Amino acid sequence: MEFEAVIGLEVHAQLATESKIFCACSTGFGAPPNENTCPVCTGMPGVLPVLNRKAVEFAIRTAVATSCRVQNRSVFARKNYFYPDLPKAYQISQYELPLAVSGHIDIERNGTTRRIGITRIHLEEDAGKLVHAGAFAGAQTSLADLNRCSVPLMEIVSEPDIRTPEEGGAYLRRLRDILVYLEVCDGNMEEGSFRCDANVSVRPRGQKEFGTKAELKNMNSFRNVEKALEHEIRRQIEVIEDGGAVVQETRLWDADAGVTVPMRGKEEAHDYRYFPDPDLLPLHIDEAWVEELRKTIPELPGEKIARLASRYGIPRYDAELLSSSRLLADFFEAAADAFGGNPKVTANECIQWKDAIVAGRMSPETIAHVVEDRETGTISATASKTLVEAAIGTGKPVRQIRDEKGLTQISDAGALEAIVDKVIAGNPKEVESYRAGKTGLLSFFVGQIMKETRGKANPRMVQEVLKAKLG
Amino acid sequence: MAITREEVLHVARLARLALSSDEADRMREQLGDILAYIRQLDRLDTSEVVPTSHAVETGTPYRDDSVHPFGEKEEILKNAPDREDDFFRVPRIIED
Repeated sequence: MEFEAVIGLEVHAQLATESKIFCACSTGFGAPPNENTCPVCTGMPGVLPVLNRKAVEFAIRTAVATSCRVQNRSVFARKNYFYPDLPKAYQISQYELPLAVSGHIDIERNGTTRRIGITRIHLEEDAGKLVHAGAFAGAQTSLADLNRCSVPLMEIVSEPDIRTPEEGGAYLRRLRDILVYLEVCDGNMEEGSFRCDANVSVRPRGQKEFGTKAELKNMNSFRNVEKALEHEIRRQIEVIEDGGAVVQETRLWDADAGVTVPMRGKEEAHDYRYFPDPDLLPLHIDEAWVEELRKTIPELPGEKIARLASRYGIPRYDAELLSSSRLLADFFEAAADAFGGNPKVTANECIQWKDAIVAGRMSPETIAHVVEDRETGTISATASKTLVEAAIGTGKPVRQIRDEKGLTQISDAGALEAIVDKVIAGNPKEVESYRAGKTGLLSFFVGQIMKETRGKANPRMVQEVLKAKLG
Repeated sequence: MAITREEVLHVARLARLALSSDEADRMREQLGDILAYIRQLDRLDTSEVVPTSHAVETGTPYRDDSVHPFGEKEEILKNAPDREDDFFRVPRIIED
């Protein structure tokens, strides 16, 4: 029997605000334990949460960028459970009435576009962090650091529209890129500011009803999400083929072992008794606010990829690599516009030097000038690399370095012909052998000319001139 | 439809309340009374009524996104029953 997988992804994105969602504590990462806490985020009696306007703006902008409908009224709810990283014993979240609903993201795979639906986007607060100090056997306590308590999160829930691990990966990468373009989240998966859980089930191809799903957690890189999905799909198919039934449960991805394993404990408590938080009035968002924020949406990754590919005639794959960062894409455009040569070469250079470019250590002229000099034959590909490295290291204009180091190559036909003539005259025996059919000697002549010019001759032109002269 | 003893014990467990057998019976009775009182609403047709989550509908106020450190970590930590350095010390949680 042939099976297909049904996958939905839940993303928790940490919003890039300065302060927490309901109090004025810093969201800064890496502060000493419990440095960024106050009576509100540690759940002291009698305090009241006050909503951070910027967190709402970030969620609205994300909703607009993913074609969601922003609801003019949404409600914060309490999700109740006991855990030592949650001092209030409830998490403030949105439940029945989320901030936004019914959107989508388009992903392109192998030339076709797939539309992945977005069910909802809502705001919530993060929990603290438990440090299992003394993780030795028998330790009786854990340590709680509440700095992360009440850091704003945005949960983005996809429709179960994803069918393969690769599609899941493509959706996640595109979503991450959108959030980074919007500057609402830094998108760092390893550091946990962009986290993903997955709901996975399988069904015989052609069947309409969903199978029983498992929830996957603990996948902290795009690659791990894809691998975990792959493994879980295979596992579920094997369970069914062996005559068993998939159990609804939460499973953890074990990256080292490459398997998903059932999560122990915490299962019984999945009764969260949500109810509207009486401390927070309903969130009202009027159309005018949404429209005002709509104007702040930049060109998004999908649009940018399509535009770069068509405007500069570069392969779509290159456009995707360049668009992985707004800064890189802008840099490429500046470099390509500064010089009318082949944008494909400019694109390659930008991709090769991506790290330095994104780190702000290079100017678009550097790339434009080396590409131009290579195209005119003024410098060699090897010299180009040396020059870019030197420009990054010294910050000097690349052409100044070129002239200082004498890295131009001889591409002047007249000058080259004179040198070729000299070499031919000085090696009559080799010329004779070559003309007798030992064409492998061509490299000998090239070597002699390179020696004569101390490596500065344009190799392509040397070959051309040599072949013509040796005939 | 009165609340069952099992439901009472389930809710108590979720709230981390240990109930004696007598207490469970008493709670069942009292919770049953409360539910019966609320159930009077069933006599009305509320299908078109939006649930009231809050008594006022003015919309939540906002604060601007600026940091004002509380600055009294000691005041926060001293409320805890146990600590280790600047961490709260809590019963060990077994995690896989």
